[in-house]
Amino acid sequence: MFRETEILQTASQVSSTGGDLEGAGDLVINVGPQHPATHGVLHLVITLNGETIKKVEPHLGYIHRSIEKMCESLTYRQFIYVTSRMDYLSAHMNNHACALCVEKGMQIEVPERAKVVRVIMDELTRIASHELWWGAMAMDVGAFTPFFHAFRERETINEIMEETCGARLTMNYYVPGGLMAELHPDFQKKVKSFITLFKSKIDEYDELVTGNIIFQNRMKGVGYLSAEDAVSFGCSGPTARGSGVSSDIRKLYPYAAYDQVQFDEVLENGCDSFARYMIRIREMKQSVRIIEQLIDNIPEGDFQAKTKAVLKLPKGEFYTRVETARGELGVYIVSEGGTTPYRIKFRSPGFSNLSALDQMARGSKLGDLVAMMGTLDLVIPDIDR
Amino acid sequence: MPGLPSLRERGSRGEANMFIVNYIKDIYKGIRSLLVGMRRTGYYFTHHKEIITQEYPDNRDTLKMADRFKGEVVMPHDENNEHRCTGCTACELACPNGTIKVVTKFDITPEGKKKKAIDKLVYHLELCTMCNLCIIACPSDAIVMAQTFEHSVFDRAQLTKILNNPGSKIMEGVE
Repeated sequence: MFRETEILQTASQVSSTGGDLEGAGDLVINVGPQHPATHGVLHLVITLNGETIKKVEPHLGYIHRSIEKMCESLTYRQFIYVTSRMDYLSAHMNNHACALCVEKGMQIEVPERAKVVRVIMDELTRIASHELWWGAMAMDVGAFTPFFHAFRERETINEIMEETCGARLTMNYYVPGGLMAELHPDFQKKVKSFITLFKSKIDEYDELVTGNIIFQNRMKGVGYLSAEDAVSFGCSGPTARGSGVSSDIRKLYPYAAYDQVQFDEVLENGCDSFARYMIRIREMKQSVRIIEQLIDNIPEGDFQAKTKAVLKLPKGEFYTRVETARGELGVYIVSEGGTTPYRIKFRSPGFSNLSALDQMARGSKLGDLVAMMGTLDLVIPDIDR
Repeated sequence: MPGLPSLRERGSRGEANMFIVNYIKDIYKGIRSLLVGMRRTGYYFTHHKEIITQEYPDNRDTLKMADRFKGEVVMPHDENNEHRCTGCTACELACPNGTIKVVTKFDITPEGKKKKAIDKLVYHLELCTMCNLCIIACPSDAIVMAQTFEHSVFDRAQLTKILNNPGSKIMEGVE
């Protein structure tokens, strides 16, 4: 893609154009691609007037691995593992979306046990993802201690995952038709002890960060994103719900066992950074609520449906979506009837959420930009794919 | 906390008083919120019984990885140097990265028949993503995941491994 106008990268370039450019004298600075505050290789070209942001332009492509193209050469069983590498903090949900799409195409009936376990795993991943976000978010605004508190609880989830799935981040536990393996015998016990631990610790989060006056002043009224903008930018997940837009796929289009559980869709009307922060804190509590309802009621039975040895999706187009920790992930498969997909498109939540950053940041100060990016919960491999 | 506008801009005296009261309240609330956070920090500073870190690599001898931890693919052999691999190449077909290459040969059985067997099962650890697909594809459970995780070597060629032992043959009864 060629840009319409050349972006001026340095102050000297700006001044060399003289006065014939609108906004001459503005300072253009680059944040990233290697920057400790951007959580990955994200390159932001920021136009500044003094300390006020006039424009933020994200540049992508530094961690593009062409996952969509890779998937076209892999079979319907093989391509699922690659998607763990997109949004690595919600690897289970990514795999879930792909497995659902293949199951939809093949019309595979997933056993109840697999459905329930998938929901539990998804919610555990969501808690782990929000925990990491909480630690990193606090670090973005200058608090260091919360990071260690968050990782302490997250480690418990990682251990559960390691025991059952065999890996801590890129688990690859879902296969078309159900789960790859039976649950570990200790799974229920460990999850219950995690819930007990987590419930005693979640109040600490409020003590340490949420109620903190410095944190609140950095968050409240900063990064305003109206509900109309959230919709028009295609935001989803906590970013949209922070602006009061109901967008929880688990509620709107229930998949797996989400129609069997009671939980609230968390909504905030603040439209600012603090609203998006509170959404995630409250979502963690809702996730615990979902797990509590299911952990004692995992149905007995097969963990995997009987499937053909070679999966061939019928000719056509298939689309499924799930709610990851960041928003709506859509998987679109075009099949020509062969063993590999003809085309795969992932609609990743981070990409749309990032596009709203410019709208949020305009007019605010440079120091608040990193805090705003923190509330978007950006995972760059998810944006770039 | 709201910014402090000059009192002259304020209308009546009561409004100014309210402003000062609110201002002091904000300061009080702010300091209190900081103290609440510091109390939590202080609690952990004085209650450091709970040790959550592991001192790797000092704990190498006692470190126990989870049973299902996916470290690398290995082929177990029994005491007679026999494995269970029939050379069906199911793992090779299941692998998304071309990690496994099965090289087959033909053994001559005592009856004089030709029988397919593996010459070597080449495993490229440097290409492996530990997705476990080869393990679930294997019909005779010939390969399993090992719990090793220290794979660093100085030469990349050392990462290409031959999984079956030299001189090994297939177990009796495995088809």
